[in-house]
Amino acid sequence: MRKYTDKKNVQKKPYHTDRFWVAPQVSKEDVSSDEVFASDLKELQENFNIKDAYIQRGQLVVYINPGENVEVLAFLKEKLKYNFLNELSAIDWLEKSGEFEIFYQMLSTSKKKRLRIKFFIKEKDEIRTVSKLYNSADWAEREMYDMFGVIITGHYYMKRILMPEDWYGHPLRKTYPLHGDEEASWYEIDKIFGKEYRDIIGPENRDSSRVDESDTYNFSRIHHEVPFGEKPSKEVTFTDYQEEGGVFLIKSLKKADSKILEERP
Amino acid sequence: MQKVNRLQPFFENLVFERDDDRMIINFGPQHPSSHGQLRLILELDGELVTKATPDVGYLHRGMEKMAENMIYNEFLPTTDRMDYIAATSNNYGFAHAVETLLDLEIPRRAQTIRMMLLELNRIISHLFWLATHALDVGAMTIFLYAFREREYAMDLMEDYCGARLTHSSVRIGGVPLDLPENWITKLSKFIDKLPSDIADYEGLLDQNRIWKMRLEGVGVITPEMAQSWGCSGPSLRGSGIEWDIRKEEPYELYDEVDFDVPVSTTFDSYGRYKLHMEEMRQSIRIIRQVIAMYYKTEPAIMAHSPEYISAPKEDIMTQNYSLMQHFVLVTQGMRPPVGEVYVPTESPKGELGFYINSQGGAYPYRLKLRAPSFWHTSLLQELLPGQYLADVVTIIGNLNIVFGEIDR
Repeated sequence: MRKYTDKKNVQKKPYHTDRFWVAPQVSKEDVSSDEVFASDLKELQENFNIKDAYIQRGQLVVYINPGENVEVLAFLKEKLKYNFLNELSAIDWLEKSGEFEIFYQMLSTSKKKRLRIKFFIKEKDEIRTVSKLYNSADWAEREMYDMFGVIITGHYYMKRILMPEDWYGHPLRKTYPLHGDEEASWYEIDKIFGKEYRDIIGPENRDSSRVDESDTYNFSRIHHEVPFGEKPSKEVTFTDYQEEGGVFLIKSLKKADSKILEERP
Repeated sequence: MQKVNRLQPFFENLVFERDDDRMIINFGPQHPSSHGQLRLILELDGELVTKATPDVGYLHRGMEKMAENMIYNEFLPTTDRMDYIAATSNNYGFAHAVETLLDLEIPRRAQTIRMMLLELNRIISHLFWLATHALDVGAMTIFLYAFREREYAMDLMEDYCGARLTHSSVRIGGVPLDLPENWITKLSKFIDKLPSDIADYEGLLDQNRIWKMRLEGVGVITPEMAQSWGCSGPSLRGSGIEWDIRKEEPYELYDEVDFDVPVSTTFDSYGRYKLHMEEMRQSIRIIRQVIAMYYKTEPAIMAHSPEYISAPKEDIMTQNYSLMQHFVLVTQGMRPPVGEVYVPTESPKGELGFYINSQGGAYPYRLKLRAPSFWHTSLLQELLPGQYLADVVTIIGNLNIVFGEIDR
């Protein structure tokens, strides 16, 4: 029987881990240490349920309720002058708690401050779109759906953006292997030749570092080229040739006469 | 409804055959002026664009996924392949993000070298932008001139790191090498000549009737649009918003150098062209000041932090502990503290941000690349409708988008 391996997280793991290693933490500062952030947070706390807030590496991080994302962002935009939504995406915590962590990275050019709004949602939970507030969320939310399968409601055109529309699976989930899954290895075969060619061609090997020793066509050996399909040979092939009658400007190339310039003219 | 065909893509949301006088055309993905693999589905009323749907993803390599399966140092050369016109700015953006996570102090000499490389890259990128943009609009001469100067700049990059396009010339914690002999002399020679070359370009383009007709009043990005669509860099400053990360949230030694942030008040393509020209001049100004700073620095080029950064090569070759530590850092990688950072830098295209979530492991738990071109391409949806088909090419070229970083 094949050995059972857990597929919850197929990302690469370090081959050696020190059992007694305790990872240090990036320091979290109290919000009161920054005047602007303190007043922003105070206004947020008056209007919304704020679960946690701290400053990390100069940026305010605020945890909110997942249901209030649109209202909080609208408040930030209208009242607190955070005029840019620079980035939004998700973090996969499905293995640990069955949740996605969503973050919105905001910028206020008038205050010269950046803050991050975060919240957790369950895997199948839906969140409301913020693309009506910030147009920049339009593609970012599509990418989040494409990469993680986070469902967003109210978006006018919720389609995959980077992957093909008929792709199976969400590549940035921890359960998705780096070289693609079973469906990925058949995708191009099905698309180009058809399902009936699966047996003839076989699955696509998506490992980019694979080298097929006997493949003399896709992986030719320089100075040892052989005709298509034949076995590799040790015989040296002569590749230094001159077109009959020469080419434009060079009638016959004398290699010994050529010189290499020390510097560009 | 289209008939599903295996070899032809199937667009359920598009109707190519229509009863009205609108026409739908497909622009790209293989189009010389789409600057990569951009597919635009344009709905036309005569020659007027009424709807534009950009389609991206043809160059998607899954860099964020790759980052989660690599140690931090391994990922650095991958960032070269994002904005391949200015690779050092990507290397730097990533290195700077990891350094912020680790809270490292970078030696001053490394900082000056980085700034020289970054500004040289900005010049390379802007020259490339000018060349290809002018070629799209029909000015062949500029293309040849700008590429000539770019070639000299690339020679300088090659002298420093050995590569012309994918530099990897920055390391986490500093730079790998000090400047080679005579490099500064060559750089000075280059930047001394460049202003007259920029004047030449402007002489050819500024009052050129065709250039002005093609660019003036085309692709107007209002400040509201720029803010809402998350524009950054020249596209944002082209909308009259004075925001340069080098100035507002200075990194490296940008707070010690003196430079101006040009802003356009016309909001159109011509304004952004003038802005790019001015930015090149400012880059020259920065390089001049940094050269003077370079000579006053101590020779150290890598941060001293045995937990995360390998010791200098001499120590590795002579001292046992340095060798052991280097071995562990190369085979297993550094393990940054638990935490998260979002670090923006001003790349030639705009705000290049790296969000890193570290769980104390050798691989990042989550790495999000915020590439400026991605956001500028999404802007096309609002920018193109109302423009003429011929201006689509101008606008795409003018926004300075690069597909390596859109699709990542």
